[in-house]
Amino acid sequence: MGAITVTNLGKAYKQYPTRWSRLFEWIIPFSQPKHQLKWVLQNISFTVSPGEAIGIIGINGAGKSTLLKMITGTTQPTTGNVHIIGERVAALLELGMGFHPDFTGRQNVFMSGQLLGYTVNDLTRLMPEIEAFSEIAEYIDQPVRVYSSGMQMRLAFSVATAIRPDILIVDEALSVGDAYFQHKSIDRIREYRKQGTTLLIVSHDKLAIQTMCDRAILLDSGTIAKEGDPEEIMDFYNALLADRENKNVQQKEIDDARIQTTSGTGEAVIKDIKLRNKKNKIIDVVDVGEKVCLSIEVEVKEDIPELVLGYMIKDRLGQSIYGTNTHHLKKHHQNVKKGQLISYQFNFDANLGKGSYSVAVALHSSANHLQKNYEWRNLALVFNVVNLNKSSFVGMNWLPPKTEIVYED
Amino acid sequence: MKNLLFALWHYRGFVLGSVKREFQSKYRNSMLGAAWTVINPLAMIVVYTVIFSQVMRAKLPGIDSTFAYSIYLCAGILTWGLFSEILGKAQSVFIDNANLLKKVSFPRLCLPIIVVVNALLNFSIIFSLFTLFLVVSDNFPGWVYFAIFPVLFINILFAIGLGISVGVLNVFFRDIGQLFTIILQFWFWLTPIIYPISIIPEQLRVYVELNPMVNIISAYQTILVRGEYPQWQSLWMVLAISLLLCLIGLSLFRKHSGDMVDEL
Repeated sequence: MGAITVTNLGKAYKQYPTRWSRLFEWIIPFSQPKHQLKWVLQNISFTVSPGEAIGIIGINGAGKSTLLKMITGTTQPTTGNVHIIGERVAALLELGMGFHPDFTGRQNVFMSGQLLGYTVNDLTRLMPEIEAFSEIAEYIDQPVRVYSSGMQMRLAFSVATAIRPDILIVDEALSVGDAYFQHKSIDRIREYRKQGTTLLIVSHDKLAIQTMCDRAILLDSGTIAKEGDPEEIMDFYNALLADRENKNVQQKEIDDARIQTTSGTGEAVIKDIKLRNKKNKIIDVVDVGEKVCLSIEVEVKEDIPELVLGYMIKDRLGQSIYGTNTHHLKKHHQNVKKGQLISYQFNFDANLGKGSYSVAVALHSSANHLQKNYEWRNLALVFNVVNLNKSSFVGMNWLPPKTEIVYED
Repeated sequence: MKNLLFALWHYRGFVLGSVKREFQSKYRNSMLGAAWTVINPLAMIVVYTVIFSQVMRAKLPGIDSTFAYSIYLCAGILTWGLFSEILGKAQSVFIDNANLLKKVSFPRLCLPIIVVVNALLNFSIIFSLFTLFLVVSDNFPGWVYFAIFPVLFINILFAIGLGISVGVLNVFFRDIGQLFTIILQFWFWLTPIIYPISIIPEQLRVYVELNPMVNIISAYQTILVRGEYPQWQSLWMVLAISLLLCLIGLSLFRKHSGDMVDEL
């Protein structure tokens, strides 16, 4: 079992005004320090308990990779310390595991394996499994310089996870692989998680964070901006992305202890959102396949050149089920005037599997919410789907088949 | 220090594996393979023998064996080769392995150790051939031969102490690596390897002998050419300097290894 405790961790790089200043600082005794410290991470404290999975998210340059490097020990922290409990710590930092370009894949497997503490005998025994998992076939005996980045990642991942590590640290590496290998590696990580591996992962992939992690940490300009439930943190992060200048992101707890995130510049706001059945009654329980109407009322607070309303239906884990907007539906408005009230009705059949769903809505200009974001509200509405009279099925979609069976003799 | 040694012992598999891989990959795409380890210094020795032997023979007083000058040359060139290989590789070892240092956490002192073991491997191949030649040509000095090993030990200590110091500095001041390549050239010619020390004017010899490599190389030459034990007292000073360099190297490494990855 592995655990990580990070206490008051900070990293600063030394910046010297000229090339000579470092030399002067080194050779002149008792001289004033000539460098300035450029802090990239400050006051980072958190614990990863045994068996826990933590996702670290943040924009480029937020300090994620530096944090992982300090945890794995390749870079030394300027302040604070990292305490790791665990026999076997496997880390996949950036690309590869420091593969040597001139050595063959096989030689590199041995080198990386020996650095992980395996003996030659262990590695000879593990080699067929590593070869099989990476699926790079005859490339294993060619120098790594001829590998594609995806192949390097495949091999690196296969070595690092050849034996279940106590702690697995993955920095963005999985995103290099193709969809097939991503699934394969996520499956393996899940399997190891079940057996008790502690996981620390950096990713921009919402799905990976939400489905694999128990907790997420959002890093913003070198400090922990937020820590908590992955879905909540991911929503906050997305809202921050959409709203980099204003930072007026609010989160409030709604009925079932989930967190609703609202952000935006406020030129147009969502006044009301309801789900109605065909008798126009407001409902929050929907039968599989029932005809429903999502009605949204929007109030325009300022004159806007272009207004688009979008919504996204998500499942309990926050995975997107269906989303569209009035831009894609070719129903968006040009030149909306201040004070106008707009009512939208989206009629559809709730062809969903049973379970809890949420609706996120966004008011923005153009096709996505990254350009101008007037309001973006996550978990704006929650509803449950129940199966009242359909034959029972599993999954998120209701795709009833017409079944024909022919018996031939 | 104890922890350090323990950590290095723990990574012995990696060290030995790296030596093996480096040796293999060096000759991977060549047809003659490891023969190049021998051909290279051999070519140099032939060139020097052909050019200088007639000129120098008279200058090696008290020696008149046919192979005397060749043996004199080998004693100097082969051991200098070991010294310059360790020094040359150690000074760039952290820069060359930047990729590994940035991604994997392991005791970094493994890297200079790999350099030493690798150089020793190459050296032992060529030096055993040379020893074989001594035996076959009836020039083997007998028991005195084994006096080589303490001298080698001091030589390696000197090389690695200097190598680690320069290697650490080179990460922060890249000029040092460039400068050292030039220094190594001058150093070779300022050490009596190709020529005997006797051709240096008496009044300059004091300065030449300030160079620790002069003592080391002439110890090899005394053993292999004359078949005599070296003057041990001339080597104590070199040993002291080597130990001091190792201490400087280690303290430089300790003090700056934290910042090293940030500079790579």
